Amino acid sequence: MNLKEAENAIVEEFSMYEEWLDKYEYLIELGKSLKDYPESAKTDDKLIKGCQSRVWLDHKIEDGKVVFNADSDAIITKGIISLLIGLYSERTPQEILSSDFSVVEKIGLKENLSPTRANGLVSMIAKIREVAKSNM
Amino acid sequence: MFVQMRPNDHIRELFPTLSRKVYGKDLVYFDNAATSQRPQTVIDEWNRISSESNANIHRAVHRLADEATQAYEQARDAVKDFLNAEAREEIIFTSGTTAAVNLVAFCFGEAFVKEGDEVVVTEAEHHSNIVPWQMMCRRKGAILKVLPIDDSGHLRVEMLDDILTERTKIMAVTHISNVLGIINPVKDIIEKCHSKGIPVLVDGAQGAVHCKVDVRDLGCDFYVFSGHKLYAATGTGVLYGKREWLDRMPPYMGGGEMVGTVSFEETTYAPLPMKYEAGTQNFASAATLKPALELVNLLSDNKLEDYNNKIRDYLLEYFLSDERIRLFGVPRGTSEEKIPLFSFVVEGVHHEDLALILDKMGIAVRSGQMCAEPLMDRFGVTGMLRASLAPYNTMEEAEYFVKCLNRAIDMLI
Repeated sequence: MNLKEAENAIVEEFSMYEEWLDKYEYLIELGKSLKDYPESAKTDDKLIKGCQSRVWLDHKIEDGKVVFNADSDAIITKGIISLLIGLYSERTPQEILSSDFSVVEKIGLKENLSPTRANGLVSMIAKIREVAKSNM
Repeated sequence: MFVQMRPNDHIRELFPTLSRKVYGKDLVYFDNAATSQRPQTVIDEWNRISSESNANIHRAVHRLADEATQAYEQARDAVKDFLNAEAREEIIFTSGTTAAVNLVAFCFGEAFVKEGDEVVVTEAEHHSNIVPWQMMCRRKGAILKVLPIDDSGHLRVEMLDDILTERTKIMAVTHISNVLGIINPVKDIIEKCHSKGIPVLVDGAQGAVHCKVDVRDLGCDFYVFSGHKLYAATGTGVLYGKREWLDRMPPYMGGGEMVGTVSFEETTYAPLPMKYEAGTQNFASAATLKPALELVNLLSDNKLEDYNNKIRDYLLEYFLSDERIRLFGVPRGTSEEKIPLFSFVVEGVHHEDLALILDKMGIAVRSGQMCAEPLMDRFGVTGMLRASLAPYNTMEEAEYFVKCLNRAIDMLI
């Protein structure tokens, strides 16, 4: 699936849940499914600023693709970063930067988060873009 | 259908916000320790002044200015009666508790604190009753000392004898911690301090809401609180100070209305309370303290108090009986020493996740460090969840909250 298709699939997936609690259930499951993140990588330089709960985002480059890994001490936040990783990990920097990231608005994440959490989301996206840019 | 009246139905009706819905669900507002909702009388008073009597107070002789001034000064009288202060000159309006503590810390420091002197606060304080004192101590080369709490959240008052010395210049203590919700024995602390000639500032941000405050009975030298936690508009606060202190401290801010005569060589200052109210005051909001305090009078009713205590006891029992929950601020004696404020963590669950899920169920609670980082460190947590109730909250809301909290925990564990 290319990035555009993956983004559309997530929008469709989310539209199945009418109740916000169900969307949270989905995010919680996503958060739990995130692969283990090593304690040793929980360093300040990987910490994303602007989040109320702590979020660490690490990456490496494999075959010209950016591979992300992340963790958070809060499970819903972890679900959100997991969702972003699912979309943008293992993509080339060009692919990542071709996205307008409107998917988060389309699934209503941004408007339904408190401003502090929305800031955190903006910071997560900014970090993903920054990583892509610096690996062009 | 016969509908049983609740003992606070007539109170709830006065608060328009309480009937709104969030995400299609009835709002359950349990964040009262941060900001309480406003009764219609408060909203009306603010609107009345804004739409009819909007003019700068104290200055002009015209009709509008006179009306605005009267509303403002009547609020001062209402606060004086509420606190049972001796004189209206002892009531200074500020923008809130924080501003009031800053005023005292700065001005008291300027007048009375020298290098090597000591200031005492407690481990249970809100940042607002720590940082202003810390700043003053830095400026003056003074030492900030801390009276600790025990594991249940009670002040270790027995340690005061060791902490207070002949260098102690002032002690600042919260009447009720915004995290622990335990009513502190401030009267005993004041007596102890006074026996050593040390004045005491009481942070009443929560105390003024949940206790009958009589500053003459307490004997405190300063008592500060916010209007927005006591049903008034935001940007309102009160500093009560004994005249003997307020007279001897220098002014805080210079500017209009706080002066006697001004020349480029010399300025004399206005008498109390104006000495501490420089610049245009937030008069429309301050005036709402009067209807807010009238509401407080309405709340003083045995039937209503019994009902509120029943809700508090129900929640206290729940928080103490659920093994997954760790409650901070546990009464040692009867539940009477606890206000309906419950800060807690759930083992293995992030406080923010719980707050987020509860929000979507229509329940407003606070999550985070609650402006009390030293307390978070003391208990070894990064944050807590806090449910704080007001007299307009109902038993049904408390039961719904418990049900939702259980469901949220199940979702997260």
